[in-house]
Amino acid sequence: MNIIKSTLLGMSVAAASQMAMAATTGATVATVDPEADRIALQEYMKNRFPDTPVDEYINGIYAVDAASREQWEEIEEFPPYEFDLEKGEELFNTPFANGKGYADCFENGGIGIRQNYPMWNDERKTVITLEMAINECRMTNGEKPLGWKKGAIAQISAYMAYTSRGNEFAIDIPNDDAKAAYLDGKKFFYSKRGQLNLSCADCHLTGTNRLTRADLPSPGLGHTTHFPVVRSKWGNIGTLHRRYEGCHRDSRSEYLKPQSNTFRNLEYFQTYMSNGLIVNGPGARK
Amino acid sequence: MRKLISALAVAGVAFTGSAVAGSHSEAMIKEGQSVYHTKSRGNCIACHNIQDPITNQAGNQGPMIIAMKARYPNKAELRAQIWDPTVKNPLTIMPPMGKHNILTEEEIDAVVEYIYQY
Ligand code: HEC
Ligand code: HEC
Repeated sequence: MNIIKSTLLGMSVAAASQMAMAATTGATVATVDPEADRIALQEYMKNRFPDTPVDEYINGIYAVDAASREQWEEIEEFPPYEFDLEKGEELFNTPFANGKGYADCFENGGIGIRQNYPMWNDERKTVITLEMAINECRMTNGEKPLGWKKGAIAQISAYMAYTSRGNEFAIDIPNDDAKAAYLDGKKFFYSKRGQLNLSCADCHLTGTNRLTRADLPSPGLGHTTHFPVVRSKWGNIGTLHRRYEGCHRDSRSEYLKPQSNTFRNLEYFQTYMSNGLIVNGPGARK
Repeated sequence: MRKLISALAVAGVAFTGSAVAGSHSEAMIKEGQSVYHTKSRGNCIACHNIQDPITNQAGNQGPMIIAMKARYPNKAELRAQIWDPTVKNPLTIMPPMGKHNILTEEEIDAVVEYIYQY
């Protein structure tokens, strides 16, 4: 009986605090305060998981579930992304047909810069993700764009993340236009949608570390730090937007494309939430 | 809590009662069981444990399905919770099975009969 009581109580507390804490600041550009949102999300997680230090959230579900953590630590001893890293480095350093390369498109030759993406581009009034910048680099140099979800793009992104390991995320929201993109991503994260009426927050805040069938949804803090990721279920490496596509489908919503405006704004919001946490990509997950 | 426990005692009595009466058609309960445990149907099992021996990998997003008769003496109220749980709790993560056409009216009737035994 105790179980029922505490579950019910837990549910109502979680539901109330999700509103009261995690989404504290306003729903308009004038009232939204990204920095207050970031701190509120950390507080929410501290209340839910008092034994988990904030810098642990780069490890997803393994930050809070001791049982699966052990298995994961074993996996990380022989990282399943090692081949992808090698391949990514090779691709990164292979010149395009015109003799130029990825290094020519990025600050610092593309090394150690993962923490600045996604980035607000004020001329284009849009969020530029790392994968988008990789493909735009190819196209400016006369190459065909890569597919968004797996393979070469994920391998190049993995290598670029690897050269940035340990750097703190430092996403910048320079003005009101950028803030509007952030707000769009934030609303997407908290809004219920689809036939199943589920929001990202339903599973990754309210429902985090509770079983949905055999799955434990990770805490929605630090979600983006370790991407791209080799996921056992995929059997290969994939990008953040591949994951977004899958999770979005779980609510039985209308299909959204990887790198769509909505998903890029979502990544902008989620990565801003991870400011102060370090880059630890690529990662491995169940 | 006390209310719940005494309600459980009542449910105990009710259980024996209905076993004798064998009231609702076996077929309907079987259909409800399928709705409850099948991923492409209600998938209730993803969130609610239930003491049915066929249960496999139950989730715990929602409370265990137990003492339904005692807690919902009025069956229509139980049906309403499944048809649209957002009436009681707009933030609930439980999907509105009827309102969003996830299940048909017949499937909802069946799953109500099924869980009413527990
Ligand atoms: C029905 C529940 C559910 C919904 C709704 C859902 N997710 Fe997930 N999500 C999961 C589960 C389960 C996993 C796999 C376990 C985990 O979190 O690593 C996952 C994984 C993820 C991951 C990878 C985490 C990691 O550490 O690698 C990200 C990122 C993510 N979800 C974001 C989202 C976003 C953004 C949305 C909304 C568009 C969303 N999810 C909606 C259940 C859900
Ligand atoms: C995605 C998770 C999820 C799914 C799927 C789900 N539920 Fe629920 N359910 C919940 C949660 C969480 C609650 C707690 C009440 C609340 O959130 O308002 C709940 C509450 C209930 C209650 C009220 C329990 C009580 O103690 O009063 C019943 C009955 C119920 N669900 C039945 C079902 C049935 C039957 C199905 C499938 C047809 C189902 N649920 C599917 C999450 C779910």
